[in-house]
Amino acid sequence: MQYTFPKYTIKTALAVFLCFCFTPVLRAQTEGKWGQVAGNFQFDGALYYEDTLIGAPEFPEKVGANGFLYMTYSLGNFRAGGRFEMYAPALQGFTRARGAGISHRFAQYTTDHIDVTVGTFYEQFGSGMTLRSYESWGLGFDNAIDGARVKIKPVSGLEVTGLIGNQRNAFSYDLQNKSEGIVRGANVDMTLNDLIPGMDSLKTRIKLGYSFVSRFQADQDPQYVLPKNVGINGFRMNLNHGGFGLAAEYVTKVNDPSTVNNQIYKPGSGLLVQGSYSRKGLGISVAAKRIDNLDFRSDRGATFNNLTINFLPPQTKQHTYRLATLFPYATQPLGEFGIQAEVIYNIKKGSKLGGKYGTSITANYSRLNGLVKTPAIDPTDGYTTGFLDLTPQPYFQDINVEISRKFNAHWKGSFTYLYILYDHQLFHQLTGFDASTQVKSHVTILDVSYKVKPKQTLRMEFQHALAKQEFGSWAMVLAEYTIAPHWFIAAYDEYNYGNAVPEKRLHYYSFTGGYNWGQYRLSAGYGRQRAGVLCVGGVCRVVPAANGFNLTVSGSF
Amino acid sequence: MKKHLFFAAVLFLIGNAAFAQSGTVRNLPEVKIEDLKGQKVNTAEFSNEDGPMVISFWATWCKPCILELMTIDEMYVDLQEETGVKLIAISIDDARNKQKVAPFVNGKGWEYEVYIDENWDFKRAMGVNDVPHTFVVNKDGEVVWSHSSFSPGDEEELAEVLRQVAENGHPDE
Repeated sequence: MQYTFPKYTIKTALAVFLCFCFTPVLRAQTEGKWGQVAGNFQFDGALYYEDTLIGAPEFPEKVGANGFLYMTYSLGNFRAGGRFEMYAPALQGFTRARGAGISHRFAQYTTDHIDVTVGTFYEQFGSGMTLRSYESWGLGFDNAIDGARVKIKPVSGLEVTGLIGNQRNAFSYDLQNKSEGIVRGANVDMTLNDLIPGMDSLKTRIKLGYSFVSRFQADQDPQYVLPKNVGINGFRMNLNHGGFGLAAEYVTKVNDPSTVNNQIYKPGSGLLVQGSYSRKGLGISVAAKRIDNLDFRSDRGATFNNLTINFLPPQTKQHTYRLATLFPYATQPLGEFGIQAEVIYNIKKGSKLGGKYGTSITANYSRLNGLVKTPAIDPTDGYTTGFLDLTPQPYFQDINVEISRKFNAHWKGSFTYLYILYDHQLFHQLTGFDASTQVKSHVTILDVSYKVKPKQTLRMEFQHALAKQEFGSWAMVLAEYTIAPHWFIAAYDEYNYGNAVPEKRLHYYSFTGGYNWGQYRLSAGYGRQRAGVLCVGGVCRVVPAANGFNLTVSGSF
Repeated sequence: MKKHLFFAAVLFLIGNAAFAQSGTVRNLPEVKIEDLKGQKVNTAEFSNEDGPMVISFWATWCKPCILELMTIDEMYVDLQEETGVKLIAISIDDARNKQKVAPFVNGKGWEYEVYIDENWDFKRAMGVNDVPHTFVVNKDGEVVWSHSSFSPGDEEELAEVLRQVAENGHPDE
């Protein structure tokens, strides 16, 4: 559906904006105990130029803008709030929405024993493998549930949640455009130490949990009999003893033929086990997981990031340096097996190796393999696979080490090295980059900062990604100058000098400047951005190549 | 579309009424988050009898957040002696990194109180757009100062604000 920009929504936007502008005045002038208001807003605008060299498409309107204002009002046990969103039209890479409206509104009543919400809400059961609704503005991700939720805490150590509703459809701000499927869920969390007499003095803390989530969607398929009600079960356990921690969750899902799983009737399952140990100066965490046909949405025809009910946490390190993000990994909901381990160690201050201020070392390893799938006798059953039937080649592997150290009052630095293996087909599928064989890349990053004056710092990054595949090697330099607490300027250039195609050996540069004023922030820049994938918390969005100016204003109140 | 107009009007009215009546006082909202052992705590019950509180939103994958917490860590003991401050670090790591938070905090040797806001309920209730975002709360539980982002040198301003809040209950205008 294409939405126009009706006059009254512009008026509404203006009204909300004016209301916001005058509020600090009103706020400062009055005193009282009639409740509190809190909220935040962000406006992102861009002016685009077509750039055929880097593949930046023409943006017909030239200018795109995304904006939101979120506000909550609370009085005693009562809270209400909402979010106003505007797309005029949406920025490149987001769903082509255009228009404005109230995308989120709720009322909530909370006491120590009960918590009732009606309207739009976010919720997570366990690790999220059965249900997780949340939002991420930068990604354009929002799968809020619109309906009702009740949480009851009859005694200490026991909490029961029930919810029902329809989900928000990706980036549509329109409350009328919700999922066709209805989501119903129940969850129980128990802390045994609080529930069982005599256990409260134990050093070991044990928590158990169970969730059940089901989707109802009518079957209108002329050919197949599709399950109208699809359920997912999750059992979990959480154990803590001193510096040790152990968490495990096992999830099973009934058959759910969908667009994503190619209409197969095979049931799904998921297992996630995470352990950790730490004491001062040392932290160790290990994890293993197995996912088999576990994509779950409130519409069996939905694809991409739309209408997801559950969340399958990726077991890889989340990198933020630019060239390390050339190789993002996303969970493969149709089948994967992964392990991860991380050690973080702090070499003591004043020791020979640690130096005056100490040195911090982090080492991380992760590996994900696919499941070997044997076609089932009845093709509608999809495939069969064993618990540890893994593909010989990994989907993805990442070995990385980071060493960071402060040298003296002026100098600080860190060195990072990553070695990445990536299945070329998956890599192409996610990033769009061509690769004919397994991607192997060595990434080295040097990050140094120099304190010029007590409040002025120059920081530089030198990054290099060595790769033999078609997109080849990259080099990058970044310089950032900050004048605390208000100003910053930054510039960087990413150079794809090793591209197999000489015409594609391009520079991608960016200049940004900004001003921070307490909880408000303004930044503006110009840049040529490479096509890539932006990932936040394990969900990724394809970012198209772009050339142009951008502006962001954000704040909270 | 008329519904939108209606909700906008309601939001507008609530906003106006609330702003007109709220005054300058703002307390911590009531949200349930978990400590590092998985125990639920109510954020409205955060308190510090000895002085101000710093509430700092961070994540294990956020470089400026880690830089901020490491920088404050270097001056934490002195600041505590001087102002009685307590720092509460709120990790917004989700299921991907949640189990790494305790090893991370211990590995760095931080002495902060750390909680996990896994599905960002507290983050939303506090109006946080991005991490890092830091709040200062006075002895009476009122949020009196906040700052988003971190650049080296910002800790000087924070220290100054903490001294003023410890003294007068609020930062100087």
